[in-house]
Amino acid sequence: MIVYALCFVLFLVGLYGVLTRRNLVKIAISLSIMEFAIFLLLVLIGYMDHGEAPIVDPEAPAALYVDPLPQAMVLTAIVIGLATTAMLMAIAIRLFRKYKTFDIREIRNLRG
Amino acid sequence: MEGMSIIVKKVAQFMSGMIFLYGIYIVLHGHLTPGGGFAGGVIMAGAFILLILAFGSSVLRLRKEVTGSSRVESAAILLVVVLALMALGIGGKVFMGNFLGKGEPGELLSAGVIPLYNLFIGIEVAGAILTIFLALVIFKEENSS
Amino acid sequence: MELSISVILGFMIIGAIYALHARDLLSAVVAMGIVGYGLVICFLLLRAPDLAIVQIVVETITLVIMVAVVLGSTSKETVTRFDRRSIMQLLATAIVLVGMFYFFLLAVENLSPLGEHSLLMSDAYVNGAVEKTGSINLVTGVLFDFRAYDTLGEAVILYTAALGSLVLLRKKGKKEA
Repeated sequence: MIVYALCFVLFLVGLYGVLTRRNLVKIAISLSIMEFAIFLLLVLIGYMDHGEAPIVDPEAPAALYVDPLPQAMVLTAIVIGLATTAMLMAIAIRLFRKYKTFDIREIRNLRG
Repeated sequence: MEGMSIIVKKVAQFMSGMIFLYGIYIVLHGHLTPGGGFAGGVIMAGAFILLILAFGSSVLRLRKEVTGSSRVESAAILLVVVLALMALGIGGKVFMGNFLGKGEPGELLSAGVIPLYNLFIGIEVAGAILTIFLALVIFKEENSS
Repeated sequence: MELSISVILGFMIIGAIYALHARDLLSAVVAMGIVGYGLVICFLLLRAPDLAIVQIVVETITLVIMVAVVLGSTSKETVTRFDRRSIMQLLATAIVLVGMFYFFLLAVENLSPLGEHSLLMSDAYVNGAVEKTGSINLVTGVLFDFRAYDTLGEAVILYTAALGSLVLLRKKGKKEA
């Protein structure tokens, strides 16, 4: 149980970063940290004691395999996280060229 | 963008070929070993990114490169959709069904249509990541000079 | 198993807290690497080699993209002012975080302990999967045969991100020309 609680603490650290930081790159980093915590939680739920990795040997199939369904979901989610981070970085560098700062309060005050 | 010193250039020349070969291996053996289309595609893009970072390029050559990579990724995802639609007419008549023969489990040519999906999605992911990286580098080069 | 994953999670939490409070942006990006690569070790301990390979390469590409954005444009974070508004903001954030943690602790009591997962939903995906799909990698069989529609959506998302980056990072729009 304590592993789940620590996982959620990592998620809350990321949430704290999104809520309080003013630098756009740090907001993107915190979003990424939240996603990593959720990936770990999903894979932790699917783990089985004495289970093997989900690759079947055709001659000697093992007795118990780790659940492959959360692993497939997390694989999709990892690639989607990469796409989101890449687009956020493109927006950030575009904003930096125009306003010369990454601070979100200044970007809001200037009406361009 | 400037290149790096000559040691980095020689090592990158040697390593990028092996990295690309390793990426192709991971893509083709996606149904036998861990990996699959997504991991192999990113590794293949990494070989090209290593070459671009080590040797540097002018903006003109980078623009030609980004046209090429975006065409490759568009063609690859078109092939994925064509393969999915072909399954509507053959075999089980389901969208994205597995219509080729299953074969012996454990061989390279097995698992029906899954190796083809792995290959095309691998090429598409490589093109997409290369396009994202090149778009960022071209933007930084144009607005700093 | 619980002990080793808890230790690695402890390092990841310390790295994450440092990444948020670093003065320099480059240090923050490198500290995000701690969280990402610690996750790779956790995946290997939890018997998920497929995920470990994907996470390690995706984390490397993310770090390369972030360093490319940060490198020419570092700006140090300005000193926070401790006026009344920021105190209220910190208090509201603390209430939200503590509340969420309490409700999560209530919900986690219904989960089975680590390692005693019941294969209710994955029974159809594990038993007889080698005959139905023909691939000995069960995760690839789930991704490309049983749930191929999700994989098509994922490929389209990556394609859209590449297209969106190309459109966003153009030099001139059509109106200004």
